[in-house]
Amino acid sequence: MRLTCPLCGERDRREFYYGGDAMALERPAPDAGDVAWNDYVHLRDNPAGATRDLWYHDGGCGTWLVVERDTLTHAIAKVTPASEVAR
Amino acid sequence: MGYSGFRILKEGLFGQKGWKPVWRDPQPKPEYDIVIIGGGGHGLSTAYYLAKNHGLTNIAVLERGYIGGGNVGRNTTIVRANYFLPGNSEFYSHSLKLWEGLEQDLNYNVMHSQRGLINLFHSDGQRDAFARRGNAMINQGDDAVLLDREGVRKHLPYLDFDNTRFPIYGGLYHPRGGTARHDAVAWGYARGADSRGVDLIQNCEVTGIDIQGGKVTGVQTTRGPIRARKVAMVAAGRSGQVAAMAGMRLPVESHVLQAFVTEGLKPCIDHVVSFGMGHFYISQSDKGGLVFGGDLDFYSSYAARGNLPMKEHVMEAAMTLMPMIGKARVLRSWGGIMDMSPDGSPIIDKTDTEGLFVNCGWNYGGFKAVPASGYCLAHLIATGSPHDVAARFRLDRFRTGRGLMDEEGTGSQHNLH
Repeated sequence: MRLTCPLCGERDRREFYYGGDAMALERPAPDAGDVAWNDYVHLRDNPAGATRDLWYHDGGCGTWLVVERDTLTHAIAKVTPASEVAR
Repeated sequence: MGYSGFRILKEGLFGQKGWKPVWRDPQPKPEYDIVIIGGGGHGLSTAYYLAKNHGLTNIAVLERGYIGGGNVGRNTTIVRANYFLPGNSEFYSHSLKLWEGLEQDLNYNVMHSQRGLINLFHSDGQRDAFARRGNAMINQGDDAVLLDREGVRKHLPYLDFDNTRFPIYGGLYHPRGGTARHDAVAWGYARGADSRGVDLIQNCEVTGIDIQGGKVTGVQTTRGPIRARKVAMVAAGRSGQVAAMAGMRLPVESHVLQAFVTEGLKPCIDHVVSFGMGHFYISQSDKGGLVFGGDLDFYSSYAARGNLPMKEHVMEAAMTLMPMIGKARVLRSWGGIMDMSPDGSPIIDKTDTEGLFVNCGWNYGGFKAVPASGYCLAHLIATGSPHDVAARFRLDRFRTGRGLMDEEGTGSQHNLH
């Protein structure tokens, strides 16, 4: 698999560190309670198909990226810097 | 139907026309007491032990594909009980005992071979950790022998002991560990369940789970609706999609794990061996192929195939550990879908829906758990309370933080195991 970093261009998968589901960007409030925090930390939609996840360009520019891809085919739909996605 | 050398000879002389299917191919009935979603190793053993231990036989096992076509037929066949933490320790110990009686129990040759498993260590710190693990195994009543470098050399003379980067200091030897013929495990349990009256229904995908008033009432399938009083979700890598039909999200991410096999060779690797300084483990199948694997590709995937960088890592580790392997030619590689839980340990539990059970989170270790997983899920379904050896496999341990079983000590969080 190859990812196209918006800053560096198309690079080998080895340059990237996988950071898990992009729901990590939607952090609940500290006092949101254990149900909300369990949802955030542990529970996953775990989709077979389109997904959004975080990748860190470890071996390149050091940018966190939001990658839209397909878990069934490994096809990449879109790569966006996480700083443009996060609120 | 009997299997023997004579029978093979006879069938060979008469065009192999005398073999008959060993389980029925029934039409689904409109209603069962218990429906098991997933006809893999865990689902089949659950059905078998429900019938054998609890006398419950009005059961259907629904399989989307064919029996033995999922992870139970795609793994690297290792059977061991070398866990460290309470919870895992008693469970896998129980599983190994079931393995040791499995062929007699099923009257089926699953080719369980207790050839011994050796986990190598390469530093003083790693030796201490393995000594502690070995003591935990002995405390559990299982077997563990701490081998020094010369002790390892007696068993595994072909390793590169003097590798300058990763010299071998010794190994933790688990004599009762070994391998089994994975397909035969599925077939043996399938035959055993079927002969006791369980309906194994293949090519039957579950498309919905019916819940009324907080209670499960049945399932929708590609072969029509089936009513049921109890439903167990035993879908391994596809657990997330099955649970979603019941409105649940699970603490599970599905990842790809690759495995490899070489062309058939004469016997050269007599044990199961794991490298301590990289993800690599190996055994030799009875057919002669070297069966080996490494770590996850470390991103969520259902593609059932992996990437070249992990292949490269595994081959590098293999060459580092046993340079002789460079002469072997790799025949094929494949990827399996692993249901990874945050702490790397499994879940066998009830759900918030009455009559709905979940069995998932087997990470990359589900094969050796097949007997005990079915045994314990059957106990939970039949009696309503967890079996003693699976009492810690709770679904809510992540929310409460109590009873986490993080064998690797890396933290109870996705993408770390």
